[in-house]
Amino acid sequence: MSTAAIGGRVIDFRLGPWASFLVRRTGRLLVSLAALITAAFAMIHFVPGDPVRGALGLNATPEAVAARKEQLGLDESLISQYRHFLSGLFHGDLGESITARVPVSQMIGDRLPATMEIAIYAFVLVMLVAVPLGMAMAVWTRNGRRRRGELAFASSTGAIVAIPEFLLAVGLASVFGVSLGWFPVALREGPDSYVLPVLALAVTPIAALSRIVRVEALRVFETDYMRTARAKRLPGRLVYLRHALPNLLTSSLTLGGLLLSGLLAGTVLIENVFAWPGLGMTIVQAILQKDYPLVQGIVLVYGATALTINFMVDLAVAAADPQSTIRGS
Amino acid sequence: MSQTPRLRLALRTPLGIAAAAASTIIVLTAIFGPMLLGDTADRIDTDAIGRHSGTEHLFGTDALGRDIAARVVVATRLTLELTLFATLIAVVGGLVLGVLPAVLGRRAGRLITATVNLLVAFPGLLFVLFLAVIFGVGTFSAAFAIGLGAAPSTARLVQNLTASIAGTDYVAAARILGVNRFRIIVRHILPNIAEPVALFVSTTAAGILVAFSGLSFLGLGVQPPDYDWGRLLNEQLDRVMVDPMSAVGPGAAIVLTGITFGLIGEVVAKANAGRTAPQPEIATAETSAMTPAEESASGLLHIDHLQVRFPGHTAVHDVCLTVDEGEAVGIVGESGSGKSLTALAAAGLVPHPGRVSSRTMRFGDRDLNKQAPKGTSMAMVFQDPMASLNPALTVGRQLAEVAEVHHNAGRAAAVSRAVSRLGAVGIINPELRVRKRPHEFSGGMRQRVMIAMGLMGEPRLIIADEPTTALDVTVQAQVLALLRDVRTESGAALLLISHDIAVVSQVCDRVVVMYAGRIVEELPVGDLADGVAHPYSAALIGAVPSMTTDRDTPLATIPGRPPEPGEQSVGCPFAPRCARATDRCRTEEPVLEQIRPGRRVACWDPITTATHELEEAR
Repeated sequence: MSTAAIGGRVIDFRLGPWASFLVRRTGRLLVSLAALITAAFAMIHFVPGDPVRGALGLNATPEAVAARKEQLGLDESLISQYRHFLSGLFHGDLGESITARVPVSQMIGDRLPATMEIAIYAFVLVMLVAVPLGMAMAVWTRNGRRRRGELAFASSTGAIVAIPEFLLAVGLASVFGVSLGWFPVALREGPDSYVLPVLALAVTPIAALSRIVRVEALRVFETDYMRTARAKRLPGRLVYLRHALPNLLTSSLTLGGLLLSGLLAGTVLIENVFAWPGLGMTIVQAILQKDYPLVQGIVLVYGATALTINFMVDLAVAAADPQSTIRGS
Repeated sequence: MSQTPRLRLALRTPLGIAAAAASTIIVLTAIFGPMLLGDTADRIDTDAIGRHSGTEHLFGTDALGRDIAARVVVATRLTLELTLFATLIAVVGGLVLGVLPAVLGRRAGRLITATVNLLVAFPGLLFVLFLAVIFGVGTFSAAFAIGLGAAPSTARLVQNLTASIAGTDYVAAARILGVNRFRIIVRHILPNIAEPVALFVSTTAAGILVAFSGLSFLGLGVQPPDYDWGRLLNEQLDRVMVDPMSAVGPGAAIVLTGITFGLIGEVVAKANAGRTAPQPEIATAETSAMTPAEESASGLLHIDHLQVRFPGHTAVHDVCLTVDEGEAVGIVGESGSGKSLTALAAAGLVPHPGRVSSRTMRFGDRDLNKQAPKGTSMAMVFQDPMASLNPALTVGRQLAEVAEVHHNAGRAAAVSRAVSRLGAVGIINPELRVRKRPHEFSGGMRQRVMIAMGLMGEPRLIIADEPTTALDVTVQAQVLALLRDVRTESGAALLLISHDIAVVSQVCDRVVVMYAGRIVEELPVGDLADGVAHPYSAALIGAVPSMTTDRDTPLATIPGRPPEPGEQSVGCPFAPRCARATDRCRTEEPVLEQIRPGRRVACWDPITTATHELEEAR
């Protein structure tokens, strides 16, 4: 670590702050990915008992177990297994699902789009609703105006945040799906079927983020540069949209990024409520069926996606607010 | 120590009562629920399979005909046990991971910190799923997985807190005295981080409850025949769509218990925050010192009996101020004297919750009580040029918008005016600099940008609020020179606010001295040399060292301190610090009176000659 830090400082001189920041963040991403890959590899070896025996069942003959082990390469030394694992990974080969007898990469390829779709739609919905809502609430309740409106907003969003996502999903399904019959409650068939899963994913983050955006906006309104904007007698529209919003976006983006990787985890629960054929449903079934190669592959995909999102959020935040982020890191 | 009574106090608030009542109910249910309803909950009734909710079964029955309401009550114990167990693991794990870097050497410490950072970046639920695979699917392995899953964020908090305490003087002192590391942790660090960690624990417990329910809901947590609330939901999932009531019981139990944990956290936090008693609102009814305004027709800016009130105190008392066309007026005073608020009030920028009132406030031909000053006719330059420029926008944008909004200029015309104004205030390469953001400018350059911003229009008055305070001494002189040049060129009037009487005397024609929200003296700059009349002005001048000041005598200071905001005073507010104060000064407030044309003073016993002033100041 210390050499890396010293290296960072040396690079600082030669490359300038931006490049050095990029180098350090990329380094961090690579180290995290390496750790993730190693952990995913090690997972199978941490599993109590014999994973192949576990998957094939107690009635399998010892020969069948041995043959399967050989087929999976589990009889080799750890180091050569690790090497195989890495080279397989490099070629997009994640092994074969024990139960489905299909390449893991193929299963992931089939299921990933469904998960990414609802995660991305939900994220877009969160950003489109939460930032304007929080900002509007801040303008509306600034300088201690409309105490009741503020109280109503704080308590309703607080209540929503307190409800676990999967309960919210069940509630949405029973109200809008069953009682009102507006939207389908299961499977991914047609645009209608996206409504409830995306809503279920988005509602909690919307409540959480809009609260934070409001507080953050009120903080921005108090700054000296907002006073300058008012001193210039600019119309309110310009004061809020041009002068306050960009300064809000930095913090909203940081939190939004965290929410995005949280959304990814949320898909696991939501998919199981709505029988959504994505990675989240697959990983739960795989864990229950002890299909470890499949679990391993999905953990890798989820983990790598989360790490990449964090990396991109860091870059986006740095681009939006260069001086504080780069110097602060 | 002081913890217990404060907690008791916090428990007496409505929030505290709610938290105490809710947690008592939950604990009692956990203890007695299984005893009383255990049999009902397990009784299989094949005649009552999948009953809807009704009078007999509050939330209906499950696939084996068991009463769901009874099962929700019975499940309380296991749910609570598992939540607390997982929380314990999270806290112990977090404490170990968090405190270790402080005990271990540098390298090992950094490795642990890096690992924790890596784990925190990873979505919690996925980490838990990963651990659930390793430990196998089962009740206790799930508790272990969830506890460990929450450990990294606890560790992060503990690390941050530890680092902040390890840096304090008393830990450094203990280290120098040779106290060993373990002892430092137990005696010095742990007690000091206990409170925030306790608060964090209650929020973590709420999160763990939800996570555990989620895991059980997925079928990866509690395994049958055991059941917790999440497991009950899982069992009802197929029926939920048909009979939503069957999910209400376990769902409500999870939400309400989660909220209770949150409430406990709030109460703990409130107890720790101590008593920040709200400031009593002191009614201020002092319109006694109202004197009739003098000439009110002349002057560019005319303020008559300005008051700025904040809840609990009046910051500006009956200030009357006139600035003539093209004139430079300086307001001098210590911080808290109300000088900045006077200027902000003229610009209509007094921050919330300040309230401004005045008999007259006129700028040009506009009544400022009814309208804002016209367009760009009043320009402001603030104290901190870094904070006063928007960090997210380029300098060019911030200048150009003035012309776009107030002069209907097109984008290109506005930018070219911005370039010419930046050039006019001495910015080199203005056509390149317009595309830069404020952080790419030095302090002095930023203040030039602020001045250029004021020059985007045709200002008739420039209000400069401590424009040089945040700058280096050499840059101060340059900015002052610039303000002087700008004034000569544009013919604008200047209202310069400063705590430094030397700065004001360099630039201004007239000086207004303020103390405790009141004007105490007003005089032409030329008269400063002849001697001032108010003892406070004299003391201000005496506090400025000059080249001829005898360096063997101590620097002159003003004894005492200015009154705190909200401090009620009788008589002259300066009397407690004044060597000349008489009984009258302590009982009756002096009125601002004209003693000579162009000179006003509020003092019962003004200094009359320069000799007097010398005696006072030295």
